Order: sequence, then structure tokens, then C-alpha cells
Amino acid sequence: MTMPGIEVVFYTGAIGLIVIGMAGVLMVKNVFRMLLALVLLEAGASLLLILSGFRETGVAPILLSGHAAGQLMNDPVPQALVLTAIVIGVGIQALALALILRIKHRYHSLDMGEIREQMEHDIAVNSGVVSPASAQSPEPGGHHHG
Amino acid sequence: MIWIVSFVVFIMLASALAVLLLPNLIAAVAASSVVSLSLAVLFALMKAPDVAMTEAAIGAGLSSLLLAMALRRLGLWQLDKEQESK
Amino acid sequence: MRNISSLLFSGGLAFLLLVLATQLPFGHTSMLLGNDILQAAPDEVGTGNIVAAVLLAYRGIDTLGELAILFTAAASVGLILGQRSNHSAKRDKTITESHFITSRASDLMMPLLIIVGFYIIFYGHLTPGGGFQGGVILAIAFFLPVLTRPGTTIDHGMITIIEGLAGAGFIMIGLWAMLYGKPFLQPFFDTFLGNGIFGSLWSAGTLPLLYLAVGLKVGAELAGLLVTISEAPAAEVERT
Repeated sequence: MTMPGIEVVFYTGAIGLIVIGMAGVLMVKNVFRMLLALVLLEAGASLLLILSGFRETGVAPILLSGHAAGQLMNDPVPQALVLTAIVIGVGIQALALALILRIKHRYHSLDMGEIREQMEHDIAVNSGVVSPASAQSPEPGGHHHG
Repeated sequence: MIWIVSFVVFIMLASALAVLLLPNLIAAVAASSVVSLSLAVLFALMKAPDVAMTEAAIGAGLSSLLLAMALRRLGLWQLDKEQESK
Repeated sequence: MRNISSLLFSGGLAFLLLVLATQLPFGHTSMLLGNDILQAAPDEVGTGNIVAAVLLAYRGIDTLGELAILFTAAASVGLILGQRSNHSAKRDKTITESHFITSRASDLMMPLLIIVGFYIIFYGHLTPGGGFQGGVILAIAFFLPVLTRPGTTIDHGMITIIEGLAGAGFIMIGLWAMLYGKPFLQPFFDTFLGNGIFGSLWSAGTLPLLYLAVGLKVGAELAGLLVTISEAPAAEVERT
């Protein structure tokens, strides 16, 4: 076998998308870009699912006459599942975007580290561990009543 | 067939890398739209026309619209300056 | 350190998936469930598009749950972003006046997009397409004026009414099937709707009505999402 079959190309695409998306979710600092990586991961998973119902000589699962005339058809069940998953995916994406918008309003940042620091500080203040006066970055020149 | 599939998969993976590596977020959104579009082509080549239509309408159309609009709301709509949000 | 461990994890994931992929019989799946559905669907459901039969007849409750998830997502977006942005178009300084070409083009495109959306919904049981795809196109068609003319808005009440009616209609058709002694949400023939000839628009019993309800619901849902996100208060633009 000198030339790779078509399945090698398909699996490379699906697994490549999943791995790129997973690496992006883990490594990227920006929250918005993390959402983009999540979308990539989702796309790779749906491609892998469709590949599981693929037949080499199959045709699309659409009948033109009343009965399938002995023709091999692709599996309709994974196609229906992926169709549902794509539509749900855009709903989840919108929900994540709404959360990102709120985070930006509250913390004025999209960087994971900064958001985490400020959020932990807020939690500490709210639970009474740290007093609100000892904020870690007081404004220079403000509140200096000698 | 295999050459078309290889070409589309190459474009898809290259723009998936571009989503993570491009410094400009608008360009990253556009690259993710390209990923969805080539994915729709792959679905059509795999004889799944329903999924291809859904991916083309949702992934390449509505999702990119949603992301671009959120980018504008986030105040990151900067075409020239190559700075991410800080 | 974190990057190295992330790379190691991703590489391991790739290796595991590759091992899994070599075990799968590519191109010769056994398709136990799929074959049965392919055999039975033309007689039991009567659709040309088998994917539509799977979505609405064999997995109808799954689709109901999916609509519920979409509704929950849209409701949560509205909850998170709040309703306190009545003058967002004025508040957003980055939007300039609409250009002549974009506004005229959107006027020209909108009726065509609506026709295409409804065509895809109505012929979803015969050709590729259906409620989900057509619903998305309808959502984009109704959102197009908002995109090209920054001042205009879509009425939230209208969207809510369409969404509620479509969702109630979906469940009503499901309950209607129970009146005839069939399981919940099963598409059925031989009532006053008639059986229909295979391949014609009025075929497959109540399945086109179910798909129409799905299409309107998805379209209203996604249009509501788009409007909510576009009306969100804009963050201050950083010009440093």
C-alpha cells in the first residue's frame, strides 16, 4: 500500500481538529479564544461521529422512489445526532458569549489569570477573610488623608 | 476524490491552527468560519447533505455573526492594531 | 510547566484516538439500527429524507429535549445579560450610520431569504434540509435589518409569542397522536390529512407540521439570541 487510503485523510482531519481544539482550551489565556477552541473541538467530534456512519459505496440517505432499490445508504442515525449537536452547540456558544460579556463588564479583562485573581479577591472580601480596604492595587494618589 | 478531501482537510487544519495563533481576534473569528465552511464541504463529500446544510448555515453563518457581534460588544473590534485585550 | 503538561495531554489524546481509529471498520460499518430504519422508514413514516424520519419519528422525544435545551440557553442568555438596555443603539458609539449599499441590499435579500427558509422547512421531509436549517435562515433573514440599520430593533414580544406558539404546537401535535391511540409524538396518517402520495408535499402525515413547528421555534429562538446579544451594553472601547 503505497498511497494512504481515504480513511487516513478523514481521520487525520477529525483527530487533528479535536487535538488542536483541546490544546487550545488548555493552553490559551484569552477567554474569547478559549471559546473559539471549544468550537473547534466540537466540530472535530461531530466529524468523527459522521465518519462512524460512512460507507465507501454508500449514497445519501434520501429516497427518490418509494423504496431503497438495493443501494447502500449511509447511516442516518449519526447524521441526525450530529444535526442536533450542531444546533445545541450554537446555543451553548451564545450562553458562553453572554458570560464572557458579563466578565468583561465586571473585571475589565479577558485574561484568565487576571480574572481568577480578581475573582478570588472578590470571594475573599465577600466571605470576610480580607477586609475591603486592603485591595491589592489601590489607586495611586487616592485616599491619602494624612 | 482523495485529492479533494486532502485539500479540504489541509485548509481546515491550517485555519484551525490560525484560530489559535493569529494575534487579531477578528481574524481568528474569520478563520473559525473557514473551518466550519470546509467542514461543511467534507460533510457533503461524505454524503451527509442534511448535516452539511446545517453546518454551513449555523457554523459558517450564524455562529460567526454571533461571535463578531460579541467582539464588537466587548470593544475589541480593532482592525489595525494588533493588540489583544488586556 | 502548564503548557508542557497540556501538550503532553493533547498528544496522549491524539495517540488514544489514533489507536481507536485503527480499530474501527472504516467504510464497512455494521449499522444494525441504521439498516432497520432504512428498511422500515418508507412504509412506517413515508418520508423521502430518512434523516428527517429519524429526527422526528424515531427520536422525536430527543428533538423535544433538544428544543428544551435551546430554550433554556436562550432564556439564560436573556437572564445573564439583563433587560436594562433600551437605548443600546445610542450608547454604542462604534456603530456608524448605515451605508446606502448595505441597507438596499438587505431590503433586497430579506424576502428572498424568507422564501428560501420556508421552502427548506416545507420540503424538509423530501429533500435535504428541514426545520433546523430553514429556521436558521429565517432567523438571519429577520435579523438582517437590525444588522444593516443600527437604529432598528426587533420586537421581543413578537419573538416570544412565535416561540411559545411553535413550542406549544409541537407538543399539541404530539398529544394529538395520543388521541388516536398512538405513542406520544409519533407522526401518523389516515386522519383527515389523508395519506398522501410518496414524494408529494402533503405526505408523511403530520411530520411536515412537526417540522414547521421545529423550524419556527428554532428561528424564533436564534433570532431572540441574536437580538439579545446585539442589544447588550457595549463595553468601553479601549483607545490607548
